Amino acid sequence: MTANRGWRSRPVFRVMATARPVRGRLLLAGLLGALAIGSSVGLLATSAFLISKASQQPPILYLSVAIVLVRAFGIGRGVFRYAERLTGHDAAFRSLTDLRLAVFDRLTVVAPAGTSAYRSGDLLNRLVADVDAVVDLYLRVALPYIVAIVVGIGSVLLVTIFVPAAALALAAALLVGALIVPALTLRRLDRSQRKVAPAMARLTAETVTLADGSAEVIALGQQQRFLDRIAAADQELTQAAAVAARSSGVGSALGVLAQGGAIVAAIIFGTQAVTSGALDGVNLALVILVPLAAYEAVQVLPAAIVTLLRVRESARRITAVLDAPNPVPDPVNPVSIDAPEAADLQVTALSAGWKLDDWVVGPVSLDVRPGRPVALVGPSGSGKSTVAAGLTRLCPSQGKVFFSDQDLSRATGDDVRRIIGLAEQNPHLFDSTVAENVRLARRSATDEEIHEILVELGLGPWLAALPDGLQTPVGRFGRAVSGGQRQRLALARVLLSETPIVVADEPTEYLDASSADVVMRALTRRCRHRGLLIITHRAADVAWCESSVSLGGQISV
Amino acid sequence: MRPLDPRLIKWAQATRLFLILSVILGAATAVTIVIQAALLARIITDVFQRGADLASIGQLTAGLAAVFVIRALLSYLQDWIAFRSSAQAKSQLRMAVLDHAVKLGPQFLDSRSTGGIAQLTGRGIDALDAYFARYLPQLLLAVVVPIVLGAVILSQDLLAAAIVAFTLPLIPLFMVLVGWYTQGKVDRQWRTLAVLSGYFLDVVAGLPTLKVFGRAKAQAANIRQVGDRYRKATMRVLRVSFLSSLVLELLATLSVAIVAVSIGLRLVGGSMDLQTALFVLILAPEAYLPLRMVGAQYHAAAEGISAAGELLDILETPLVESAAIGGAPAGPLALDLVDVSCRYPDRDVEVLKKLSCSFPVGQVTAVTGPSGSGKSTLLQLVLSFMQPTAGVVEVTGEQRSRSLSDIDSEAWLDQIAWLPQEPVMLAGSVFSNIRLGAPNADTESVERVAYQAGLTPDVLQQVLSDTGAGVSAGQRRRIGLARVLLRSKPLVLLDEPSASLDSHTEQVVADVIAELRAEGRTVVMVAHRPALITLADHIVHLEPVEQISEQVAVSGAGQVPLPGLRP
Repeated sequence: MTANRGWRSRPVFRVMATARPVRGRLLLAGLLGALAIGSSVGLLATSAFLISKASQQPPILYLSVAIVLVRAFGIGRGVFRYAERLTGHDAAFRSLTDLRLAVFDRLTVVAPAGTSAYRSGDLLNRLVADVDAVVDLYLRVALPYIVAIVVGIGSVLLVTIFVPAAALALAAALLVGALIVPALTLRRLDRSQRKVAPAMARLTAETVTLADGSAEVIALGQQQRFLDRIAAADQELTQAAAVAARSSGVGSALGVLAQGGAIVAAIIFGTQAVTSGALDGVNLALVILVPLAAYEAVQVLPAAIVTLLRVRESARRITAVLDAPNPVPDPVNPVSIDAPEAADLQVTALSAGWKLDDWVVGPVSLDVRPGRPVALVGPSGSGKSTVAAGLTRLCPSQGKVFFSDQDLSRATGDDVRRIIGLAEQNPHLFDSTVAENVRLARRSATDEEIHEILVELGLGPWLAALPDGLQTPVGRFGRAVSGGQRQRLALARVLLSETPIVVADEPTEYLDASSADVVMRALTRRCRHRGLLIITHRAADVAWCESSVSLGGQISV
Repeated sequence: MRPLDPRLIKWAQATRLFLILSVILGAATAVTIVIQAALLARIITDVFQRGADLASIGQLTAGLAAVFVIRALLSYLQDWIAFRSSAQAKSQLRMAVLDHAVKLGPQFLDSRSTGGIAQLTGRGIDALDAYFARYLPQLLLAVVVPIVLGAVILSQDLLAAAIVAFTLPLIPLFMVLVGWYTQGKVDRQWRTLAVLSGYFLDVVAGLPTLKVFGRAKAQAANIRQVGDRYRKATMRVLRVSFLSSLVLELLATLSVAIVAVSIGLRLVGGSMDLQTALFVLILAPEAYLPLRMVGAQYHAAAEGISAAGELLDILETPLVESAAIGGAPAGPLALDLVDVSCRYPDRDVEVLKKLSCSFPVGQVTAVTGPSGSGKSTLLQLVLSFMQPTAGVVEVTGEQRSRSLSDIDSEAWLDQIAWLPQEPVMLAGSVFSNIRLGAPNADTESVERVAYQAGLTPDVLQQVLSDTGAGVSAGQRRRIGLARVLLRSKPLVLLDEPSASLDSHTEQVVADVIAELRAEGRTVVMVAHRPALITLADHIVHLEPVEQISEQVAVSGAGQVPLPGLRP
């Protein structure tokens, strides 16, 4: 990634750079938007001219152009606005896909160790929402500013033709509306935040206390006392918000004054021009009334600035992902690994952690031979799962890992994962069918194969109870599937894949003793010719293995 | 979304006064717009037709400037009042929701995600600003301003007034019609859109899994393809849903154009004078403006409303009507569970199945079993926070016995002292936290129970912050234990009383249990540690339901070695 400098390196611009392919569409949308508001200005300007001219009672033919224009502008406003919104949304959605791809590209490299996003579901949801929020950057920030600039310049030029001094006043008023009013809005938000934020924090803390302890509070009969405390915090917040509200109207009041100033200036300079003969009286109404319509172009800008602030936070979090360094870089000159169907995996003094050189577990040494299951045991929290992530290059690690006497540290992560397969402790189920979720591991797998494995893992009765068997959708994030079933689907995946080494992380975590037995039997039977490493804290699982390694290094056979 | 949601007005009464003020301010704004138009028409006519110079229109111009100042003032007031009453409305809604949520009980609050309700009634409610502070006042302006302006136009020119009067009502009418039509289309596309828009999150969330199976890179093509399908589907919906604003803009500006042309033609014919013509021309767009602004704020308001939907859902969750009227039996209490089954409303698997067991008077009963075997649920049942789906909980006092479901929950809870796994802490001193269990207890009693629970006197004055920080997990339990002692109730429930405690404090807990037994209390404790289990007179051992067809509590004396206990 090249180091950018200056404003181009700012998150908002970095994110907007992905819109380059749709720049033309965005500009077109801006132009259409300008034509829409321009139609309003044109409508008032031509109507003013039409009426002034008509009052001189000329032959009706003299008015026909003005009449046609008035009607055209009357229709133009709605039609152009409609076209603007469609073009703008289309462009924004196109660029959304590009941004998603850019973020996904980086995530495929750094996830899960290189970004904080995978630490909780909330963070992940926020990252995805952040990417979606960038649509607003185009629709609610960029487009309104493009429209304001085009319409502003157009209106000022129009007035310049008749009374340059009045045009200058209009330009000043528009600048106030485009720059000063949004700036005031920002300042107000900032100040009200400073007043409101502490009160909000107290309110939230009191509410969390009540919500978390509600059962005991009710059991103690003290709910009113807690509600009273919340009410006190709420009063504080409401008062702070009421004080902050005082400054909220300043922006819109200033806008009205700026518009009024432009109109009064137009009256003064216009009248002088008519008196001196520099301006035909028939155009006076136009000069005075254009500011009335043109101001609309800057009226949405305060809202645009507020949106910009919000999107800026999103853009910052997105660029943090785009710039995240790869925590487990591939070797510079990777060697390809020759992968026989069965061979030994020798792990010597492996340490692993979620940050480089910050090892949370290890050193641990293992020897996994085909058909001879090994158990890695340790209490919960001892970092067993981190060993699995380290072995599969999902997080940084150090130590020697040799497969079939080849040094895996010289291979790419993708190649390593073709040798060492993993059934994760918290596997993700995709919003698809049961079959597709398992087939992920090997595309060529048939429904029969999948069914056979699932039955062997003890999911037969569950499958039979599903409305469409293997073809039943698992729902968003596999909500319809319990922890134990989810775990076994993950095991089915890794068994179906053809990696010579299988790592199963807590395969019996959510299962009762008899189901656990079924799972362990299936695992060991299916891995008769593959290396199998069972990570567990259950003594019953260890009994199925030929040897076990306790975190700390002692080997007991 | 309905234009004016009566539910919000109902729960947030602060909006009523505000609505009245808004109407007054709106009417005042309409009057200034009329004066402004009249002055502009007069000035332009004077200079253009009557040859007036700057000096002779000086007064009129000054008047116009004054009108702008008043308008600025009015718009300032409108904003101020709007945000102020929005804050008040939010406050009322917030307290109403919390009040109701507490009435709905812990079962309800626990079913919401961590921090969920705090987020909802805190920042979440701010989404309503767009509704209360922007949309609502604009909606009123859209009613008041056109009426005032329409009447004024009518006094000047019948034809223009007729055009305005005919087209203005058409706008909301068409918007509603288009809205209906659109809603149908959107509803039909909704499932597709939801699936497509969820796809990216699904793939990102499952990325580690995809990586494990070497499928991550292959997803890029899918993301692009789904993105394109999403865009096309969305654009199909938008093409229809933007029609409503097309209708609005078209009607609003086209009618102004028609008014302008009709005036122009009558000017040529000499049946109208310039000043009236200009006056009507300037007023006409102002009559449509508030309605157009409503359209602009509608979407932000709709987002706020959907955020408020969750709040209103809580408010409208009916309270469970309890048939229980009776008080709790007096004196020492015994509990008998007979064939009790229980399950959480959102799950279809039972947590307890046909469980029968007894908690005899004045004895200590330990409840053991692996996690997921329903120990906590058992306590929830005894606390009457959950109702059994089958079977009864029999409560026996000195003279009579009653089914727990017939006892008024508040009266029942008054018979119980309960130590939860994480005792609640409120900001304030440790002393006041202990007294939470018995607000009227005197200082001596508090000091005595604190001593029994192993709290040193200097800890009593220690102050906890807003978030309850300032005491360790161990101290928290000791405070909870002191609370239980201070309450001195016939039934005592202890949920893993020695978890996260060192062996010294474990001894304190053991002493407390011995004390409670000496006082003749009925003690039910959920326990893991052998040291505590040996103290029990009885043991009720639970196994997870999925393993067994019927849950039979294994009861035994404390010294018997137990199956399934983890070292």
